Amino acid sequence: MWAELKKGAAVAVWFMFLTLPIMVVKVNPIEQTVVWRWANLVWLGAAVFVLTVVGRYCSRHRTELSAFWPDAHPLLAHPQLKRFLLIVLALLATLFPLFFSSYQINIMTTALMYAVLGLGLNIVVGLAGLLDLGYVAFYAVGAYSYALLNYHFGLGFWAALPIGGLLAAIFGVLLGFPVLRLRGDYLAIVTLGFGEIIRLILENWNDFSFGPSGIAGIPRPGLFGLTLSVDDAIMYIYYLVLLLGLITIFVVNRLRDSRIGRAWIALREDEIACQAMGIDKTKTKLTAFALGASWAGMVGVLFAAKTTFVNPASFTFLESAIILSIVVLGGMGSTVGVVIGALVFILLPEYLRAFADYRMLLFGAIMVGVMVFRPQGIIGNPRRRSYPLPMAAADQEVGHE
Amino acid sequence: MLKMRGVEVSYGKICALHGVDLEIRSGEIVTLIGANGAGKSTLLMAISGLARPIQGCIEFLGEEIQALPPNRIVERGISQVPEGRRIFPQLTVRENLELGAFCRHDPQGVRDDLAYVFSLFPILASRSQQLGGTLSGGEQQMLAISRALMARPSLLLLDEPSLGLAPIVIRQIFSIIQKINQEHKTTVFLVEQNANLALKVASRGYVLENGRVTMTDSADNLLRHEGVRQAYLGV
Repeated sequence: MWAELKKGAAVAVWFMFLTLPIMVVKVNPIEQTVVWRWANLVWLGAAVFVLTVVGRYCSRHRTELSAFWPDAHPLLAHPQLKRFLLIVLALLATLFPLFFSSYQINIMTTALMYAVLGLGLNIVVGLAGLLDLGYVAFYAVGAYSYALLNYHFGLGFWAALPIGGLLAAIFGVLLGFPVLRLRGDYLAIVTLGFGEIIRLILENWNDFSFGPSGIAGIPRPGLFGLTLSVDDAIMYIYYLVLLLGLITIFVVNRLRDSRIGRAWIALREDEIACQAMGIDKTKTKLTAFALGASWAGMVGVLFAAKTTFVNPASFTFLESAIILSIVVLGGMGSTVGVVIGALVFILLPEYLRAFADYRMLLFGAIMVGVMVFRPQGIIGNPRRRSYPLPMAAADQEVGHE
Repeated sequence: MLKMRGVEVSYGKICALHGVDLEIRSGEIVTLIGANGAGKSTLLMAISGLARPIQGCIEFLGEEIQALPPNRIVERGISQVPEGRRIFPQLTVRENLELGAFCRHDPQGVRDDLAYVFSLFPILASRSQQLGGTLSGGEQQMLAISRALMARPSLLLLDEPSLGLAPIVIRQIFSIIQKINQEHKTTVFLVEQNANLALKVASRGYVLENGRVTMTDSADNLLRHEGVRQAYLGV
């Protein structure tokens, strides 16, 4: 304990020394005076001291702390309660737009869109174990396919939705072919490059994509030819995204438990063994890229319809990084985790606006905290948990029989 | 059943196999012995299609398979227990076994074979819901063999099943290998460094040195052969 306090004091003193010029000395060049704000130094020292001691205490006890939040809460194992919770959740999601402002609906729509993007990327990264840093490319393909098809051929939203998904899947296969032999870091670099190539093409090929000025005036989704007011359209898009999200969760869960899902997991676990089992590596990788990309394509179409405007600035590497963070922070391979991750990741910065300038600082601190105390993500994939003790599990098994 | 003629495999400029000729007849246990780096694993990888021969041909049941992708080779009935076991650590024992039957489409047959491997290795049945990575080395080897059997192969390739295991476990595994061979008429091609043990269960043997087959004979003759005894049996 004493040693910890001494350590905290040392860090505090060092911090006070480092920040002395910024926090204490204030030079006024006009009046040629120097103000010494010693009070700042005291506050800073105290804050750093407390943070260091608390932080070190937490990181020493991080296993206990992360156990506070079990992966599968025992209450959730109860099927009736689980059903009840799901119904409540469904009701909340359905009634949400009726009670909240357009601003709230809008950010919730965005969060749900990122949930779908996360679930799509989860196929590639979480299940098949292929680190894809250029996922935003498929999102861009979807958005631009709606924008361009509408601009040139007047195609409506509902026709563009499947086309956007399909085109993104084709681009997924296009990316998949050259990276068939790559793994790990190399794969990450190539996918990163791929994402940038798509963005740069959109930015520079003026005749095709109208360059950085983008395409405006994209129609919102139609509803049997009705004309909706802006507020109604926002609500309508919310329901569309909610529906797409539910479909995604259903399809992705089914895919995971299917033959191809097993093949993805086998590929992630051990490539040689996977081939020795008679799994077609090429097909498995390409389907992972294609099926992962198709969701991004569809969300892209929705994005274009929601904002009624697309330009390349919406599809930077930062987007890929955010989607990847959602997957990792939420819990790789876990559907619930990715959805919660998306909600936290998109909603939190919005609600942190109250903290004005410190918004992103706080957000970063929260992210670091999650990764230190919950390395497996908010909802860890049960498979990725630390191994149960062999003996305990064997006893349990015998007990069941 | 399996014939290799003049098979050459190289990794870049390094030649691992220089024209290997080899034959395995139906129902046999054949062993391939050799020192570290002789090319034993490469030879198995070439049969499974995981390493491509640059020359020569591999014939299985009268058809050339050296250009087929690995999954087609498994479908034809060759299944491999890779070196170092390579089980899927984050999947349960049962899921590992189900993946072994990936290329099969007869659910009833797969269920029967699952029961069969559980009867061969009862310990796997009691651990079926446990993650593969939590098994001990011996259990992992049993799982790897069972997983390969789930493809119902007519030719089973085993790459150093004794690697890193206790002598008692090795004996158990080798007796099961013999049992599989007798009960199911599964042909077994066994690659081993533990030449003594391998030659005792096998009917014939090949000796591989620096990528070339230098000797082939019945297992008994090899066990008695002076050169083999000195080089591989440590006598």
